[in-house]
Amino acid sequence: MAKFRKGGQKEVPAISTGSMPDIIFMLIFFFMVTTSMRETTLKVKMKLPEATEVQKLEKKSLVSFIYIGPPTNAKLYGTEARLQLNDSYARIEDIIPFIEQERLDRAEADRPLLTTSLKIHEEVRMGLVTDVKQELRKCGAFRINYSTRKGGN
Amino acid sequence: MARKKKKVPEINASSMADISFLLLIFFLVTTTMDTDSGITRRLPPPVENPDMDVKVKERNILNVMINKYDKLMVNGKPCDITELKDKTRDFITPKPNDEKAPEVEVKEIEMIGNFMTNKGVVSLKNDRGTSYMMYIAVQNELAKAFNELREEVAMTYFKQHYADITDKDKIDAVNKAVPVRISEAEPEEIK
Repeated sequence: MAKFRKGGQKEVPAISTGSMPDIIFMLIFFFMVTTSMRETTLKVKMKLPEATEVQKLEKKSLVSFIYIGPPTNAKLYGTEARLQLNDSYARIEDIIPFIEQERLDRAEADRPLLTTSLKIHEEVRMGLVTDVKQELRKCGAFRINYSTRKGGN
Repeated sequence: MARKKKKVPEINASSMADISFLLLIFFLVTTTMDTDSGITRRLPPPVENPDMDVKVKERNILNVMINKYDKLMVNGKPCDITELKDKTRDFITPKPNDEKAPEVEVKEIEMIGNFMTNKGVVSLKNDRGTSYMMYIAVQNELAKAFNELREEVAMTYFKQHYADITDKDKIDAVNKAVPVRISEAEPEEIK
């Protein structure tokens, strides 16, 4: 007959931590795969506009970035939108040499596939953007991507 | 005398968790989850002969203008951004019997066969003072219209969602059937 055990303090079994490294490793691999390290330090404010019809940029190595936005340090550089190439502020005239350099850095077969990603703060006026686009047209960098955040309506 | 087997000392694995925690924290800090995505467009080559205007029939053009106050005008009439998609959609849908709609052209496309394509061009003009946010919103609406039509073609001919097609030839076929024709004018002032 079954007996009800009275009293007899039951010990809580210790949780095995043996699988902890495995779990952590799993998380590590997840972050290693999804991570993309930022190569350039942003010197301009970057709030991308929202869009719904976005396409993913494939082949990260074939993308060069142009950043446009108001400077992060407004006291020093004012609030007028500035252009950033690589790690420093640049002028419109610097775009063509920049693209040429980007082309030289890639293998010859990849050069026609080079895409320029325009990362532009949403409050920038189109005048500057148009100027940049004109420069890109001049040096034959026709593939562009207006970088946006996914979301919105 | 049997030689005693030397025991290989066991490696202490208890610090493994610490090491992996350290790595985990490193990746957590450096990670930026932003996948680069956006609206891809192709810029036109520079105009070699600025005096030579290409004549396009008026019925083949949908004029979209944005002024510096971020107000929209479509074919000479003020328009709200919420209506833009439907207007564009209406414009790019091939309508062979409509005199006012853009001309159609029957093309032979691989995997689809004879398909009626639209010769309409969306002409997009913006002022230098237009905000980038508005410009992207308009580009987004235009893209939405084209994507809807592509979806429709993909559904009728391949019984698949456009986004789900993996076959490159099929994607090319749909893209040929519904080309994104957005022409951006040379910059000029708009009142």
